[in-house]
Amino acid sequence: MATRDLEAPPPVAGVGRPPTSILARARDPQQLVRAGIVVALLLFVLLALPSILSTYYVDALTQASIYSVVCLGLAVLVGRVGMVSLGQGAVVAMGAWVAARLLFATSMPFELVLLITGLITMVLGTMVGLPALRMSGLYLALITLMLAGAITVVLASINFPNGGGGFTGYNGGLLHIPPIRRPGIARSDADFFRYCVLATIVMFLLVIAHLRTRPGRAWAAIRQSESAALAGGINTTLYKLWAFALASFVTGVAGGLVAGSDRFLNTLTFSTQDSIVLLAVVLMGGAYNIWGAVIAGLLYKLLPELLNNIGVSSDWLTILFGIGVLQVLTTAPAGLVDQFPKDVARLARLIAGLARRSRQPEGGA
Amino acid sequence: MIEVRDLTVRFGGVTPLDGMTVTFDKGTCGLIGPNGAGKTTFFNVLSGFVKPAAGTVTAFGEDLLRMAHYRRARWGLRRTFQTEQAIEELSVFDNVAMIHEHSRLSGSTRRADVLEAIAFVGLEADPYARVGTLAAGERRLVEIARAVVGRPRLVLLDEPAAGLPDEETAHIGDVIRRIPERTGAMTILVDHDMSLVSGCCEDTAVLDFGRLIAAGPTADVLRDEQVVRAYLGTELAA
Repeated sequence: MATRDLEAPPPVAGVGRPPTSILARARDPQQLVRAGIVVALLLFVLLALPSILSTYYVDALTQASIYSVVCLGLAVLVGRVGMVSLGQGAVVAMGAWVAARLLFATSMPFELVLLITGLITMVLGTMVGLPALRMSGLYLALITLMLAGAITVVLASINFPNGGGGFTGYNGGLLHIPPIRRPGIARSDADFFRYCVLATIVMFLLVIAHLRTRPGRAWAAIRQSESAALAGGINTTLYKLWAFALASFVTGVAGGLVAGSDRFLNTLTFSTQDSIVLLAVVLMGGAYNIWGAVIAGLLYKLLPELLNNIGVSSDWLTILFGIGVLQVLTTAPAGLVDQFPKDVARLARLIAGLARRSRQPEGGA
Repeated sequence: MIEVRDLTVRFGGVTPLDGMTVTFDKGTCGLIGPNGAGKTTFFNVLSGFVKPAAGTVTAFGEDLLRMAHYRRARWGLRRTFQTEQAIEELSVFDNVAMIHEHSRLSGSTRRADVLEAIAFVGLEADPYARVGTLAAGERRLVEIARAVVGRPRLVLLDEPAAGLPDEETAHIGDVIRRIPERTGAMTILVDHDMSLVSGCCEDTAVLDFGRLIAAGPTADVLRDEQVVRAYLGTELAA
């Protein structure tokens, strides 16, 4: 039997060959509708939301937006490559520190500071990921948690920059501290919220670009089986470090945004425990889907403020997140982002079924 | 030509390969033996997952064991696994294209090459379907397409038809027989299905307890008394 002609179209069953180029995909009506919904949602968030909500919730959503980037970085590590890092909270703190230092020391534009912060954090965060080359699972989680603890201790002793001189930029006092500057176009809370959402979109696009191309495919191979990935010619060391580098870059940028959002950084803001809660919300939101990171960011930063507002201590969230993670691990491994639409569909079917039954009550069964 | 000399692997007190010496020099060679004979360990040595305690493997004049394991794919070493390892969350196309992009082959011919490899294995599924949605037999074909795309030099097939119904096994045998002609690559086939092995392989080597107990034309090897006894399990230790 001869091999088929090179130019011959591949055998296609069923619906016909799905378009591959982005342009062709854009003509697909379903994709178009989905893109339309996303754009409309973003426009609403950017234009209308800050003027509807109080400053309290604008701030909470600013944090949620920033932390959805952190969660996205962690979701790449956990969901795409299968490496559990419990050090991402400390990576945020490093990013915030570096950005604050640069913002006090230089007059560079905020965007440039974010970029440099991302790059510096990328180098530091990749070091946190170095143990991943030798370990996996529980041991990697433990080591990254210890590193996060170590970073937190170091930051607690050198403090966050507050306009002082020297390498640490800490002036020792707690009075007359200048706030960390914000970008010129986003001085108010509402404008800074918009700025953060735009930065978040850029970071999401950066990660999506990775996931859809060569590194994304290599990570998928590594997650499924490291030996099969090696047999397929994938330099697993390189791609694992690449994942940590990408996660650390976006987390560093997020740290820079935290600096601009909080304006006064305090070592108490960043605790080692944050890293654990981050992993919990990423699992709950859905580690395999980029929208899961948005949900995770909202769970992490908006939900506590909602509870505080109705007079419930956000400490209760520890219990809620515990139950949530248990639920995810046992019944919904792909997280809320996957589970919620299914539950809604099930509910819709149930209601439709009830409606049908009520319309023909005598139809015995 | 693949020359294996005195290859020995030890895991603690176990010696899965014990001074294995064999030469594979025809298009498609079989490698058989009872469970635990060391067949997969041999493949794992070639892939670089297992470091041998002693011995050499020379493939087409090059020392295979000195190559970093991920570079062996670039050199042209391909393999399939006993439990099929096509990547579930990627499409058939991406599964195959991925081998291409890590083999330093030019991007311009990639699409055609990938589709041709998918057609070669006779996979009728939509090339843009996720592998996770395919049937077991189709996934096996994806794995074989991964092994033959581009310019393979040595293809290792580890029980490629395990657990498949007869007609799918026959189809896979048909694909395996066409590999040398299409790619010029050498193929080593490990399988327990003797009709598959005798249908695909001119020569066959037999391992038992990590030692080579027979090698030569497949028909002769399968008649060999020592081989028959090893398979019946009457001879437990050398």
